[in-house]
Amino acid sequence: MSAPEHAPGGAPWATAALALGDDALILSHRLAEWAGNAPVLEEEVALANLALDLLGQARALLSLVGDEDALAFTRGPEAFTHVRLVELPRGDFAHTVVRQLCVATWQELLYERLATGASPLAPIAAAALPETAYHRDHAVTWTLRLGDGTAESHARTRAAAEALWPYTGELFDPVEGLDEVDLGALERRWRARVSDVLTRATVPVPGGARLPGSGRAGEHTPHLAALLDEMQSLHRAHPAASW
Amino acid sequence: MSEAERGWPLWEVFVRPRRGLAHTHAGSLHAPDAELALRNARDLFTRRGEGVSIWVVPAAAVSASSPDERDPFFRPAADKPYRHPTFYEVPEGVRHL
Repeated sequence: MSAPEHAPGGAPWATAALALGDDALILSHRLAEWAGNAPVLEEEVALANLALDLLGQARALLSLVGDEDALAFTRGPEAFTHVRLVELPRGDFAHTVVRQLCVATWQELLYERLATGASPLAPIAAAALPETAYHRDHAVTWTLRLGDGTAESHARTRAAAEALWPYTGELFDPVEGLDEVDLGALERRWRARVSDVLTRATVPVPGGARLPGSGRAGEHTPHLAALLDEMQSLHRAHPAASW
Repeated sequence: MSEAERGWPLWEVFVRPRRGLAHTHAGSLHAPDAELALRNARDLFTRRGEGVSIWVVPAAAVSASSPDERDPFFRPAADKPYRHPTFYEVPEGVRHL
């Protein structure tokens, strides 16, 4: 482990690598929770594939900052800098789909921008882009079917959008090392894309203000402690265990 | 089988491993429509880089020969060895025959 207290090692892009790596890691864990619980077998494999893609991105990003295992398995909740949107419980399938729509659309726009930059994040963003484009495509496909589906699926999708919306503002909080990215423009493009999908899915675009606080500053919901408790339990019981 | 799957039709999946080869039957899956059947097929049958092209076909659209008809269908071919090109001598050194 190279980073005492897990503080990013000096370079400005290290803070960004940690934040984006944490986003991918925690969302990956939430998606993996569907294994054994998905509505149908085919969708279970699809969600596990998304989770594995994100885990790969997390490994690459966290390895830029320090030892990936130490970063994933030995930090407490306050040291994680992902947005709170990704740590919320997976909820029903509509919650998972709407969250994927929000995060994948954001990741795709952000990675497109980062891939053209000169930081060590650029090759990771470029490699992740096709994965992220597929994640967005998967989320759009399901949002349209659920939103414009039965009365039950519409109600659940609408409820999910309204519950998750106040957390989406954090995606555009400034992060050290992302100075090259115009976050205002990113947010406008994100809003346009997500609103377009929700509108086509007959789901009203939620209004309302963002919640105070930000996961980027290490402020998290109590759900994170429970998630880490499970994710880090094997490492605590068997430090340095390997396959 | 879950409640949802019972309502979803079955699709047969054909994957072409590389350009120039034919699509080969890879298996089957449940999906509500063709678009999702293609996506499910991508996740189930090509996640280790097995293919460059996928076809999905509603299983209901496949007409299959019946096991009861096996004899009239296939037995007449069994005793006609002259239909196999085994009476030709292959010249030595010919590799791509």
